[in-house]
Amino acid sequence: MSDPAAQQAGNGRDAVISARGLQVGFGGKFILDGLDIDVWRGEILGVVGGSGTGKSVLLRTIIGLNHRQGGTVALFGQDIDAASQQERVQIGRRLGVLFQQGALFSSLTVLENVAVPMREHLHLPSELVDELARLKIELAGLPSDACGKYPSELSGGMIKRASLARALALDPDVVFLDEPTAGLDPIGAAEFDQLILKLRETLGLTVFMVTHDLDSLVEITDRIAVLGNKKVLVDGTFKELKSVDHPWVDAYFNGPRAEHLILK
Amino acid sequence: MGAASVSGEHAGIGERADADGHAISLTGDWTLDTVGSAADMLAKAYLPQGGVLVIDGASIGRLDTAGAWVVEKARRQFVASGVTVRFEGFPPSARTLLAAVEPLAEKPLPVPAKELPLKWLLSRVGQETAELVVDAVAILAMLGEVIVSFAGMLTFRRRMRWPALFSHVGRTSMQAVPIIGLMSFLIGMIISQQGGFYLHTYGADVLVVDLVGVLTCREIGVLLTAIMVAGRSGSAFTAEIGSMKMREEIDAMSVLGLSPVDVLVLPRLTALAIALPILTLVADLSAMAGAWVVALFYIGIPTDVFIERLHVSLTVTQVMIGFTKAPFMAAIIGLVACSEGMKVKGSAESLGEHTTASVVKAIFMVVVTDGVFAIAFATLGI
Repeated sequence: MSDPAAQQAGNGRDAVISARGLQVGFGGKFILDGLDIDVWRGEILGVVGGSGTGKSVLLRTIIGLNHRQGGTVALFGQDIDAASQQERVQIGRRLGVLFQQGALFSSLTVLENVAVPMREHLHLPSELVDELARLKIELAGLPSDACGKYPSELSGGMIKRASLARALALDPDVVFLDEPTAGLDPIGAAEFDQLILKLRETLGLTVFMVTHDLDSLVEITDRIAVLGNKKVLVDGTFKELKSVDHPWVDAYFNGPRAEHLILK
Repeated sequence: MGAASVSGEHAGIGERADADGHAISLTGDWTLDTVGSAADMLAKAYLPQGGVLVIDGASIGRLDTAGAWVVEKARRQFVASGVTVRFEGFPPSARTLLAAVEPLAEKPLPVPAKELPLKWLLSRVGQETAELVVDAVAILAMLGEVIVSFAGMLTFRRRMRWPALFSHVGRTSMQAVPIIGLMSFLIGMIISQQGGFYLHTYGADVLVVDLVGVLTCREIGVLLTAIMVAGRSGSAFTAEIGSMKMREEIDAMSVLGLSPVDVLVLPRLTALAIALPILTLVADLSAMAGAWVVALFYIGIPTDVFIERLHVSLTVTQVMIGFTKAPFMAAIIGLVACSEGMKVKGSAESLGEHTTASVVKAIFMVVVTDGVFAIAFATLGI
């Protein structure tokens, strides 16, 4: 909504992520069954749903951490199942993930954490890697003296930022954010929202964001997909979803917490 | 950006002289995959002689943050040597990226000062020594707390966590019986075989029974069991308490008015104090069984002679000496394990470090204690 160009998402745009008929289950019970979803290049997609509707499962399935029972996932127009090992590594390099708890390596400093993917995948001079890591850390809005700190010395908001910096290390095209603003104070959360918007603008990112933060949803998403009944119930902008006739969607987007939000 | 394949065209540079100065035009992709060599290339492309330098991006392919950084770094170098740099012809997305990179990484990161080797050595020795004292204090403090907690429990002012105690007794004793039994059986066989081999040259084959009986019951049985338990249960205790510490569970306990010593340390320590004598008994009997097998089939001592000889040589005192040591060793293993667990800090590395320290220190202390007991018993003439 904040970017008029992105509002036309879907009309003639190419899908960077395209999943069809996803079936994912654990212990014989399907969490996702026949789910279709597309993420268009350059958009910020918010994914919402009640607890246990499989938001995180969907995210993990798309990035290949969960096993699928059925369906196809295509990333950048390439079917993951048909891709060779080498192609998968190449595709994986174009994805960045911000895990819910940050998942920073606890025995490495922030700088080393961000440098890990670059050292692992590229043959760059060590000095350049350090500089680039520092660049990403500052781009993620951390002061430069955070570089030498260990994850245990960081606050919750700083961990999210450091983790985002690591997700951005290889200049990915798509970043997956799992509840990026959960546990942040309103100021920190608003700053994080702005950071994501700014990064989308400068780096041309596509963002897949699982969130429950209504403010984030209004502020930065171009489109919201609502999960329920093991598939995508409905998708659209915040405004559009306010008028959807479905009990859960109505309760979510017209509930007491959504009432006072000012839509742009 | 990002539309083309990942490994694209190499970054390149073209040079030309303009009317008002010098110009460098950038060609190809300037991305993470290609900038490795480009950084030097760009820095050497123009030897600064003052004046104006135009960096032309009209024919650039893809540009990502890595490429933007290399260009920005070169710009800073040129500017530092008195050249005026102008960016021209870059597409709008590249312009935003260059603008975003410009204010970043201004000051160099502070480099930790290098210490002189001698100073480093001395400070390390000092630190380690100080740590030794801190360690000793920590273990003594833990011992004190355990005693207070135990006394409180005896006087019914504090509650013993019975379910925890029983589960720990099960885990430290029952589950360890097979491995301790097997290990001691083999040790008994080895001592018996080696002893028999050498005693045979004196024609004193039968004394092998004395050797095995006294050696295992008085020293080896309890010592090996304690070492095994330190490796098996001590490490588990440290890892359990350490990971609880990492996830602030210990802090949560304190806040809820639960004493971590009552809840975590006392049941584990008591369980070890119960388990170690039981395991020592298992070890003694298994070692004797091993010795009997070798004595019968390898040395040729009949079973009735073996038992008779054992009856004469192995007094109750010898066995009791072994058992006396068990609770002390249990206390040492438990205290070291729990106090190391409490020292774990936030990282996975720290957990590993303290688990290692727990096992090493516990084994070392157990051996030292055994030595102290040997001296004490010798002095007492037992």
